[in-house]
Amino acid sequence: MGELKLMKGNEAIAEAIIRAGADGYFGYPITPQSEVLEYLMAAKPWETTGMVVLQAESEVASINMLYGGGGTGKKVVTSSSSPGISLMQEGLSYIAGAEIPILIINVVRGGPGLGDIQPSQSDYFQATKGGGHGDYRLIVLAPSSVQEMADFVPVAYELAFKYRNPAMILSDGAIGQMMEKVEFFEPMPRLSDEEIKARYPWATNGKPMNGERRILTSLDLDPQKLEDHNIHLQEKYRQIEETEVRFETLQCDDAEYVIVAYGTSARVSLKAVKLLREKGVKVGLLRPITLWPFPTKKIQKLVDQGVKGFLSVEMSAGQMVEDVRLAVNGKVKVEHYGRFGGMIHSPEEVVEALEQKIIGG
Amino acid sequence: MTEEIIIAGFGGQGVLSMGKILAYSGIMQDQEVSWMPSYGPEMRGGTANVTVIVSDERISSPILRAYDTAIILNQQSMDKFEPAVKPGGTLLYDPNGISRHPSRKDINIYRVEGAQKAAEMGNTKIFNMIVLGAYLKIKPIVKLENVIAGLKKSLPERHHKLIPLNEDAINLGMKSVEVVQEV
Repeated sequence: MGELKLMKGNEAIAEAIIRAGADGYFGYPITPQSEVLEYLMAAKPWETTGMVVLQAESEVASINMLYGGGGTGKKVVTSSSSPGISLMQEGLSYIAGAEIPILIINVVRGGPGLGDIQPSQSDYFQATKGGGHGDYRLIVLAPSSVQEMADFVPVAYELAFKYRNPAMILSDGAIGQMMEKVEFFEPMPRLSDEEIKARYPWATNGKPMNGERRILTSLDLDPQKLEDHNIHLQEKYRQIEETEVRFETLQCDDAEYVIVAYGTSARVSLKAVKLLREKGVKVGLLRPITLWPFPTKKIQKLVDQGVKGFLSVEMSAGQMVEDVRLAVNGKVKVEHYGRFGGMIHSPEEVVEALEQKIIGG
Repeated sequence: MTEEIIIAGFGGQGVLSMGKILAYSGIMQDQEVSWMPSYGPEMRGGTANVTVIVSDERISSPILRAYDTAIILNQQSMDKFEPAVKPGGTLLYDPNGISRHPSRKDINIYRVEGAQKAAEMGNTKIFNMIVLGAYLKIKPIVKLENVIAGLKKSLPERHHKLIPLNEDAINLGMKSVEVVQEV
């Protein structure tokens, strides 16, 4: 067992980036995630692993640095918070279209617009439904502890490279700023240029010996070719939906009611489950770990198992609740509860919401 | 055992670092911990608070509305967090700068002259360790040796020479805590 450290979520994710063998971080400071860049600058990984850490001139520049760097098969990453992530959407759409594996971290704050700097989960739609233009998906992982902030970095990279798809870690200001104990995975070495050439035949890292040019682009003016490319992307997305769904269930075996929540809301909801169980209410928690692909089938199974109602608890006006409703397909009651704009619901408020909206309603 | 604590006062009083040392001490004795600071606009207004949870179990919500213990170091925090102590819970405060003393009858109340004792020791920076000592006297959730081990972990090597001073401050806090009421 490695050494246990007490760290902020933002610091843990930064350390995990270095340990995951990343080649380059490109970012621009914004609260509540500035500790990512600060930690990397203090750790100076360019002196140890050779990883580049660069403060770009803007978020638009960062994401396009990822487009270029990722295109060469390097492990690249950026982090930002909501308004900054909005600025990156054009680049993300290009990256998804060109099928470039990158990692993007969103430590969400209250919106819309410049909003505030407090925790929120109101970027769910943007993260899971596209965000930029065109038919594309990001693989979205939602950590709910500082430990998962660290652990999900190598997982996200693995998925990104396996499917040649951008992956996002969708966190929030609470998990970014909170300190918990964390135990790190063993450092993974960065890949050499030869290893990258051998592993990634698509990477644009110089004209290969056989003379065939490699092109990474999201542009194809021939609509038939672009339709074919889109069909390929959709097949890839179906495969991801089939094989990469991750979730955690707690006390769902005998549950009559289930709270669906991720990230900080899952932590608050877990306490609500405890309080409700003390009152004798049979309630469980379903915590999606991948927000896309979404655990649709698990929700359907819970309906078949006899769950009478679902409460989607999110720090938003109700976004994930739509995916829960699609999964439940009208068979039982689905409601949303959540504070937003940077406010966080208390466990007691969640208890009250379940009692009023699901059990009593 | 689960202890849910809010520590609240002015920025610069060492509220966040007191919480951090407490959390590190919990880790030193194999407990689960969380440390959730206020980092929002209220911090810019001069107040700072941190929620610390030390538990034998996996910690659910790091954000709370009711606390087992409130450690209160200024008037705004008294107004805000006295009502948030669970019935039968504990409130520890430093009367320095407090104009309205706690009035609840259903909680345990203790006071420690932290600011005054720190001034007597000639070092206002160890104020937070005096308060931490007072808290640990009332609720010995972590052992002193684990606090020292936690200090060693959380302080950079160049500050390790200050550990004996911190230990003295904790001991002074333990001696200085006064009972206001126990229920």
